[in-house]
Amino acid sequence: MDLHLSKEQEMLRKMYHDFAENEVKPLAQEVDEDERFPMETVEKMSKLGMMGIYFPKEYGGAGGDVLSYAMAVEELSKVCGTTGVIVSAHTSLCCAPIYEHGTEEQKKKYLPKLCSGEWIGAFGLTEPGAGTDAQGQQTTAVLEGDHYVLNGSKIFITNAGVANVFVIIAVTGHHLNAKGRKIKDISAFIVERDFKGFSVSKPEKKMGIRGSSTSELVMEDCIVPKENLLGKEGQGFKIAMETLDGGRIGIASQALGLAEGAIEETVKYTKERVQFGKRISQFQNTQFQLADMYAKTEAAKWLVYSAAMKKQNHEPYTVDAAMAKLVAAETASDVTRRCVQLFGGYGYTREYPVERMMRDAKITEIYEGTSEVQRIVISGHLGLK
Amino acid sequence: MKVIVCVKQVPDTSGVVAVKADGTMDRSSMATITNPDDMNAVEAALQLKEKTGCEVIVVSMGPPPAEGMLREILARGADRAVLVSAREFGGSDTYATSQILAAAIKKIGVGPEDIVFCGRQAIDGDTAQVGPQIAEKLGMPQVTYVADIKVEGKDLVVKRMLEDGFMMLKVQTPCLLTCIKELNEPRYMSVGGIFECYSKPLDVFNYEALKDDPLVDLDTIGLKGSPTNVYKSFSPPLKGASVMLEGADKATCEKLVGILDGKHLI
Repeated sequence: MDLHLSKEQEMLRKMYHDFAENEVKPLAQEVDEDERFPMETVEKMSKLGMMGIYFPKEYGGAGGDVLSYAMAVEELSKVCGTTGVIVSAHTSLCCAPIYEHGTEEQKKKYLPKLCSGEWIGAFGLTEPGAGTDAQGQQTTAVLEGDHYVLNGSKIFITNAGVANVFVIIAVTGHHLNAKGRKIKDISAFIVERDFKGFSVSKPEKKMGIRGSSTSELVMEDCIVPKENLLGKEGQGFKIAMETLDGGRIGIASQALGLAEGAIEETVKYTKERVQFGKRISQFQNTQFQLADMYAKTEAAKWLVYSAAMKKQNHEPYTVDAAMAKLVAAETASDVTRRCVQLFGGYGYTREYPVERMMRDAKITEIYEGTSEVQRIVISGHLGLK
Repeated sequence: MKVIVCVKQVPDTSGVVAVKADGTMDRSSMATITNPDDMNAVEAALQLKEKTGCEVIVVSMGPPPAEGMLREILARGADRAVLVSAREFGGSDTYATSQILAAAIKKIGVGPEDIVFCGRQAIDGDTAQVGPQIAEKLGMPQVTYVADIKVEGKDLVVKRMLEDGFMMLKVQTPCLLTCIKELNEPRYMSVGGIFECYSKPLDVFNYEALKDDPLVDLDTIGLKGSPTNVYKSFSPPLKGASVMLEGADKATCEKLVGILDGKHLI
């Protein structure tokens, strides 16, 4: 068991870190204050291959691995939670399902432009009446000749305002199970922004990741060509759940980065701040708090990396991803809150980044499967009935 | 057409400079980086590659760890790397280094359309001598402090920065140019480039490979042979504690004014 990064992964860590420090960090406060999607960062990341890290070169990807992608989201999130989730949602929730379930034609049509960053991707599962209860899907897709007609709406969709390609989940029919109960047939579709009947509403006002574009998608007799069915009819729920498994690695990486970034800022600050004639870093409370936070964050890191490596090796990783997200997200919320506390009054102001990190961290406990959902997955694995 | 770029791995002197008891720099305890001006030279080469399709070969004289640096440059788009490394070369001053590098460049081969790029100067030695010395030894025209390069047919039109102005010069190839930071913005390694860099060729030129070149005077290389040697390095003593104010907003400016006012400086 080798817990060391490869030479390439070490080089990537360095590049991601330099890029985040020089290109992303200077914008982070403004992106948050102005709720501005940092398109210029997406363009720079695209040039470096960061919008398709673990997909093969034959589809326009950078030919990397899942851990290399997780590290990118981690390093970006250390300085800007918004930028981390842009890459995560695009990669795990749009590129990945097309790569894993698409036909050769679909992969060749969509992946090169997604991986190059020319197109940004998004994923539409959540509806006003279907969050954790994802089976409560109401969006319908009716086959009419050579196309499907989609009707319904999706909310809280990340990258919605800027995406060109959406993987949309919808109900294509019903069947009766062995007990005679009506079960929904759920399917997945690749929908392009300019398909007739597709529109994106105004952005949500959020507590954190304020630069991330989060909007509602509205489909009114939206015409989707038959060829854009992803996988087979009825496979949509399975595709959605598998997609979320991968997405959880991304979000866990975002949470990990937020925790690490907050600790780094707090270590710096406490070594400068003087009270009672001493640097507050000299007080044992400060030292013990940071020691606890650092150890918890390192533990979260290994859960995240382990899940990424299992996915890379095509081993089952659903439970690992659930644990990684559960632990990393709750760690991020705890760590960022404690870091604001160590900053004291200054930490509560928007002059310092920790309050933003705390606001950004909260969502990691909610989206792509709440912490409660992750507990359902983990306890299911333990066979607790 | 090919472009040969000379790069040096240096201690990161922007951080803490560690000095040994004998006055020389304790390089092993310091982080290493690629010399900043050399990164501008690499970027110039890569931009020329994008325009002309030329081959970019990066050369460095250094100990084995310099391979890591060369791989990082391959990850940015260079095609081939050469590490010039031998015990006999260690401790060389600029006179010795330029002989060895000139011999290495000769061994790689310089064609009529080729260009050699160097950074202006290294942040550890700060001499700016190696580039010009290499050009002299190879008998090629040189332009130093290059802030802009344009290809005009077979020639290059370059802008040479001086303290109080600049010169525009037309120079024919093959030639050597030393680059300053104003020339360009060095690119990052790319993800794809990193995954490819270990499959690109990296050759090592050792003592045997270069000792017989007439450019190399074996009595004047290495620590013993070098005509000059560094006998002391030190960080100048700090004048006193400083206060750092970060930010360009009104509140920070008012703070600064308050401090200067308090010291009766304004």
